[in-house]
Amino acid sequence: MPEKQRGRYAALAIAAVVIVVGIPLWWKTTETYRAWLPFSEISELDSLQLQLSVDIEVVFSRGTLTPEQQKKFPLSHVNEKEHQVDAKTGLRYKYETRYRTATIMEEDALNQPTAAEADLSLHMLSESSCGSVVVYVIPESSTLLPEDVKVYVGQRRTALLRSPPFKTSWNLKEVLSNLDVEVEQVVSTMSFGHQDIVAALSNRVRMTKVTKESMADSMRAIKSSPGYEITFSLLNPDPKSHSLHWDIEGAVQSYIQPLLNKLAPIANFSVDSQILYYAVLGVNPRFDNSVSAYTLSADSLSHVINPVEARLGSNAASSNPVLNFLLYVPDAHHSPLFIRDHSKRKVPSNAFHSPRWGGIMVYNVNEMYGPEAERPVDININMAKVMGVFLAQLRLMLGVQHTHPPTGFVLQSPGSAGLADWELDRLLWSRSVENIATASTTITSLAQLLDQIGNIVINDNIAQQVSSAVTSLQSAVAELEAGNLAFALQYSREAILASERAFFDPSLLHLLYFPDDQKFAIYIPLFLPMCVPIVLSLLKIVSEAKKRRADKQAKSD
Amino acid sequence: MNYCNLITIFAFINLLVSIPHGYSNYVETKAGQFFSSGHTNNWAVLVCTSRFWFNYRHVANTLSVYRSVKRLGIPDSHIVLMLADDMACNYRNPKPATVFSHKNMELNVYGDDVEVDYRGYEVTVENFLRVLTGRLPPSTPRSKRLLSDDRSNILIYLTGHGGNGFLKFQDSEEISNMELADAFEQMWQKRRYNELLFIIDTCQGASMYERFYSPNLMALASSQVGEDSLSHQPDLGIGVHLMDKYTFYLLEFLEEVHPASQANMNDLFKVCPQSQCVSTPGHRTDLFQRDPGSVLITDFFGSVRKVEITKDTINLTSPVEPPIKRSGSSDIQIESLTYVDQLPVAEIIHQKPKQKDWHPPDGFILGLWTLILLVFFQTYGIKHLKHIF
Repeated sequence: MPEKQRGRYAALAIAAVVIVVGIPLWWKTTETYRAWLPFSEISELDSLQLQLSVDIEVVFSRGTLTPEQQKKFPLSHVNEKEHQVDAKTGLRYKYETRYRTATIMEEDALNQPTAAEADLSLHMLSESSCGSVVVYVIPESSTLLPEDVKVYVGQRRTALLRSPPFKTSWNLKEVLSNLDVEVEQVVSTMSFGHQDIVAALSNRVRMTKVTKESMADSMRAIKSSPGYEITFSLLNPDPKSHSLHWDIEGAVQSYIQPLLNKLAPIANFSVDSQILYYAVLGVNPRFDNSVSAYTLSADSLSHVINPVEARLGSNAASSNPVLNFLLYVPDAHHSPLFIRDHSKRKVPSNAFHSPRWGGIMVYNVNEMYGPEAERPVDININMAKVMGVFLAQLRLMLGVQHTHPPTGFVLQSPGSAGLADWELDRLLWSRSVENIATASTTITSLAQLLDQIGNIVINDNIAQQVSSAVTSLQSAVAELEAGNLAFALQYSREAILASERAFFDPSLLHLLYFPDDQKFAIYIPLFLPMCVPIVLSLLKIVSEAKKRRADKQAKSD
Repeated sequence: MNYCNLITIFAFINLLVSIPHGYSNYVETKAGQFFSSGHTNNWAVLVCTSRFWFNYRHVANTLSVYRSVKRLGIPDSHIVLMLADDMACNYRNPKPATVFSHKNMELNVYGDDVEVDYRGYEVTVENFLRVLTGRLPPSTPRSKRLLSDDRSNILIYLTGHGGNGFLKFQDSEEISNMELADAFEQMWQKRRYNELLFIIDTCQGASMYERFYSPNLMALASSQVGEDSLSHQPDLGIGVHLMDKYTFYLLEFLEEVHPASQANMNDLFKVCPQSQCVSTPGHRTDLFQRDPGSVLITDFFGSVRKVEITKDTINLTSPVEPPIKRSGSSDIQIESLTYVDQLPVAEIIHQKPKQKDWHPPDGFILGLWTLILLVFFQTYGIKHLKHIF
C-alpha cells in the first residue's frame, strides 16, 4: 500500500522535523541572554584573606647607640600578626622594619631648636611613601623634645622618639627588642589599628563584639562613596535686625579646599552654599537667668534638625550623600544663644553635629553692635572661627578617627591642610579595606542572585563590569599585600564603582510574571493541537508495525 | 568622739569618690541610649496601589500615614510617596483638593504640603521593586530614589486590595509575597537598611509577610489569612468610604505620639483589636533582633537624630584669601535685556482675516447625503443610476 506507506513516511518526517529542527529553534529563541560571568573567580573572592603591609623605618641619630651596636646596620626585620575575623575573612598584618643610622643631612635637620622645625626640615630631605612610617630615635638627653614628652608625631609621616635608656653593654638584639615596644606604640598611633580595620569590614562581618567607642565611630563616619556633596548654609531668622555677610567662597578656598584636595584620592567632593531667611530652629530656647542668655539643652538638640532639613535644598541630579553644615545666627530677641552639654556646662565651640548628616553652629552677634545701631545691622561673620568648627566636624564626618594617643605623645596640629599625612594614611587604610570588603560582598551576592534566578537577562555590559570589578579587586588585594597603599586605594575605588554599577544596573530586574505554571499555560494552547496528530500517527505506526510482526509470526507458524 | 569623726570623714570621702564614678556611669548610659538603636536616619516608603474613585479610602490611608510620618519629623526628601490615583483632583470629588479621613470632613489629610513622588500610572510593581532594590535608571531624580544606607530604619506601608499571597497593583497586575521577600533579601545583601518595619492594610494581609526571610524585619498586617479588612465609615457628602478600619485606628494612635514620646512597638501591636477592627491584626517579630518592647515608635515613624556636641575645633590663623576674580568679565558689554512682548495687541487688532482653507464636508453632512442617496436609490431602483452619472 504505497498510500499508507507514504502516509507513514510523512508522519515520520514531520515528527523528525519537529524534534530535530523545531525544538532546538524554540529553545534557542526563548532562552534569556546570559553573558558569561567569571563565577569561579567570584567564589574565590568569597573568602577574603587580606594582608596589610606597613613599611617602618627606624633611624638612629648620633648619640643613641654605641659604634659596637651600630656595626650590623642597616638591618631589616619582619613581624607578622594574624587574625581570623570570621570563617570567611582573615587578616594578616606585616610590619617590615628597617633599622639604619641617620645621614649627615638628617643630623643637621635634627639639630633645629624645636621639634616642629626639625620635622619640617626632615620633610624637606625626603618624601616617605604613602602608608609608611619613619621614626627618628633621638638621644635620651636631647632637648629637642620637652621633658615629659616621649614621642612627637609630626605633620607628615615622621615621628621623633626619645630613646629609652640603653646599656652600652647590650648587644644589638637586646637594644632592638627593648625599642620594639616603643616603636609599636608609635606605629599603632600613626598607622592602622586592629579595631579600625575590623570596623571597616562591617559590611562583610556581622558585628557582635565591638566596643562602644568603635561602634560610635562607625556610626558617625559616613560610608565610603564615590562622591560627596558638602553644603554650607547660613540661616538668618531675623533679616530685619541683621544683615549678614559671609565670604563663603573665600573661606572655602582657603580652609576647606586644601583638605578636600588632600582627600581627592578618596572621593570627589562638590561644595555649594546657600542662605536661608526666616528659617527658625524647631525648638524654643530657654532663658537662663544665671548667665542672662538663652540656652539650648543637649536633649532638645535632636529635635532641632528636622524642621530645618525640610527647607534645605539639595542637588537633585546626583545621588551622592550630602553633608550639611549650618551656621545659625540667632534673632535679636533670642540672643545670645548658648548650647549646654549634658552636664549643663557651656560648650566652647557652641556647635553640635549629627552622625552622617552634618553639623550646626550657633554664632552670636549681639556683642557686635549696641542697642542704638540702625537696623538692619551690617555684620561680617568671622569665617576663620566658623570654618575652624566646620573643619573639625567635617573631619569627624569623613571618618578621620579621634586618636587617643598614649601618655607622653604629642601630636602636631594639622595646620592649614587640616589633615596630617599620617591621619590621611589611616583613612586610606580603612577606606581601602572597606571598599574591598564592600565590593567583594556585592560581587558575590550578585553572582548568587544571578545563579538563583534563572530568567534574569545578563547583558554584555554587566558581564564586562563584573569582570573589571573582579580584576580590580584582585589587583587591590595584591597591592595591599605589597604595601602600595595609594595604588591599593585606587584599585579598590575602581572595584567598588564597577561592582555597584553592575549590581544596580536597571536591566537586572528578573522577568516578572513568568512563573513556571504560567509558562505552561502559554505554551500548551500553541503546541498541543500540533502535537496531538503527530503523536497519534506515530502511535498508529507503532501499533501497525506490531500487528504486522504478529501477522508474520502467525503466517510463518 | 574621735572614732565618730573618723567614720563621718571616711563616709564623706567615700561619697566624694563615688560621685564622679556614678556620674561617669550616667554619661555612659546616656551614650549607650544614644546609640542603642543603631540607626542614624529614617526613610519611609508609602504606597497606595488602587485606582478608581471607590478606592478613595486607600489613598486616604496612605496620606494619613504620610501626614503622621511628616509630623513626627521625617522630611520629604526621605519619604517616597506612591499614589496610584489622584483623588484630590478627581472629577467626582465634591470637595476638590481635599482628601478627608474622618467623616463630616473633619480632617483633611491632603493639606497643602504634599509631595507625591510616584503618581498615577507610575505606581507599578516594577517601579516599586526598583525603588526598593535601587535599580533605577540613572536619569531618576533624587526625590524618586530610596537612598538609604546600612544605618537607615525604613518604614514600608502598603495598602490596597490583596489576597492570599498577593497584592493587586492598579487593577491589572500583582506582586506576590515571594517577590516582596526576595526584594527585601536583596536590600539586605546590599545593606540598604538597618531595620525595616512593614505595615500592610489589605484583605488577608498577613499572607504578605509569611515568606520573609531576611533579618531585622518586623511586620504588621491588618488581617489574617482568610479574613477581610473592612472599611471604616462612609461619608454621605463624598459618597465613598473614607478610611479602612485598621489605618483609622492607627492614625488615632499616631496622633497621640509626639517626637519625644517613649511609646514602643508593643503599644502598636495592640492597635485595633478584633472588637474594633472585626479582622484580627497580626504581626511578625521573629526576624527582628531587638525586643519589640524596647523599640520606640519614633524609631520608625519619626526621625529623632542622634546628636553629639562638637568638642574640638581647629585653630585657623591664615587669613581668608579672596577668590580669584575672573579677568575680563567686566569689559564685556552686557546688552540690556528685555522681555519679548507677551501680548502683541497691536498685531492682533490690525490683523487681516485669514483665508480659511477648504475642508471636506463634516461627518454629519456626509451622513445626511448618504441617507438621501440611499432612500433615492431604494425607491427608484438602480437602473436609474445611468441617468445620473
